[in-house]
Amino acid sequence: MYGNDFTAPDGLRPAPDAGGDEPASFLAVLADGGRIEPRDEMPEAYRRSLVRQIAQHAHSEIIGMQPEGNWIARAPSLRRKGILMAKVQDEAGHGLYLYAAAETLGVDRADLLDQLHDGRQKYSSIFNYPTLTWADMGAIGWLVDGAAIVNQVPLCRCSFGPYARAMVRVCKEESFHQRQGFEILHTLSHGTPAQRAMAQDAVDRYWWPSLMMFGPSDTGPDAATGHTAQSMAWGIKRFSNDELRQRFIDMTVPQAEALGLTLPDPELRWNDERGHYDHGPIDFTELFDVIKGNGPCNQERMAHRVGAHEDGAWVREAAEAYAAKRAPEAVA
Amino acid sequence: MSTPREPLWEVFVRSRRGLNHVHVGSLHAPDAAMALRNARDVYTRRQEGVSLWVVPATAITASSPEERDAFFDPAADKIYRHPTFYDVPEGVEHL
Ligand SMILES: [Fe+2]
Ligand SMILES: [Fe+2]
Repeated sequence: MYGNDFTAPDGLRPAPDAGGDEPASFLAVLADGGRIEPRDEMPEAYRRSLVRQIAQHAHSEIIGMQPEGNWIARAPSLRRKGILMAKVQDEAGHGLYLYAAAETLGVDRADLLDQLHDGRQKYSSIFNYPTLTWADMGAIGWLVDGAAIVNQVPLCRCSFGPYARAMVRVCKEESFHQRQGFEILHTLSHGTPAQRAMAQDAVDRYWWPSLMMFGPSDTGPDAATGHTAQSMAWGIKRFSNDELRQRFIDMTVPQAEALGLTLPDPELRWNDERGHYDHGPIDFTELFDVIKGNGPCNQERMAHRVGAHEDGAWVREAAEAYAAKRAPEAVA
Repeated sequence: MSTPREPLWEVFVRSRRGLNHVHVGSLHAPDAAMALRNARDVYTRRQEGVSLWVVPATAITASSPEERDAFFDPAADKIYRHPTFYDVPEGVEHL
């Protein structure tokens, strides 16, 4: 859902976006590997599907500020505090790039926010987990931003121009997010036994939810489920959820070794034949349960988001009144 | 609960002296001064620019993609506008 398009199977699922009725000019651009731009002809289902995915991606970026915002005032040093503030500010920026990209498809950011606030649109399930210790800032940067990067890099080549361009900006900014998280964990895992234990505990709690960020299985017997096939035909998605998840696991295992931390999966081991790491089964019932609103922090995240929006209303109104008073002849 | 609709601004950044301003995206703001400040925070957090323009999105007139071919056609058959169109005799330099 974070740069992906899935939801719980029996949740508020929009009607599946089927192909059909695709203008020749649209198909020609896709066949050519080109980019669709906002004013080009495009199938209504393609437009709807993109609005949903980009909006949910944008919502994830801004809700994603909360778990980390929780630790800004308690960061252990001025250096860490400055870094964490910069990271959280970047996430706000990512949300704004993405809302702007969604708006090129003829929707209004204000409507998208209303849909987030009344639950019609979702955000990534990963942000419904609590941040209990400082080490969680490390685990989030390393694993959550790490997984987001694996999801987002192929989107830089997505068929819709404004989404692809927003992703280029986002990906440039993400690499520091992952590194600062890794650095936090590296410092803790080379610190006192208590710090080491804190780092291990954070990794233990964030590993499985990070793997779930890639969405349900969509290869083998599950290939026909979900939006993957249609998304790929439209050039929005370039790799299956399972391929991206495998890529993330393969790059993360050696990094965990460098940290001297273990990943909480006894079945995780290198498979020479496949050239990949094998891993244990993922509990997708937990993923769907969290998407449906039953994660540990769903209510807290939404209450905080809606509260911030309502508390800021007077600022928006004042700014609008000021603008109207000062420049009645200017654009409004 | 509904949110007031602030006007949309298109943002252009000059990344360094000597280069053009280039379109980088858009944002909402109630007026030009706020648009400029928001553009600084959204689009130049890493010194991506030395100069910013914000333009009301409604002030932009764009060519239409449906008419693209007819609109840009007049240039298509005038290849003599390019230097490669011309034969230069062997040995002639600086031409
Ligand atoms: Fe982000
Ligand atoms: Fe990030």
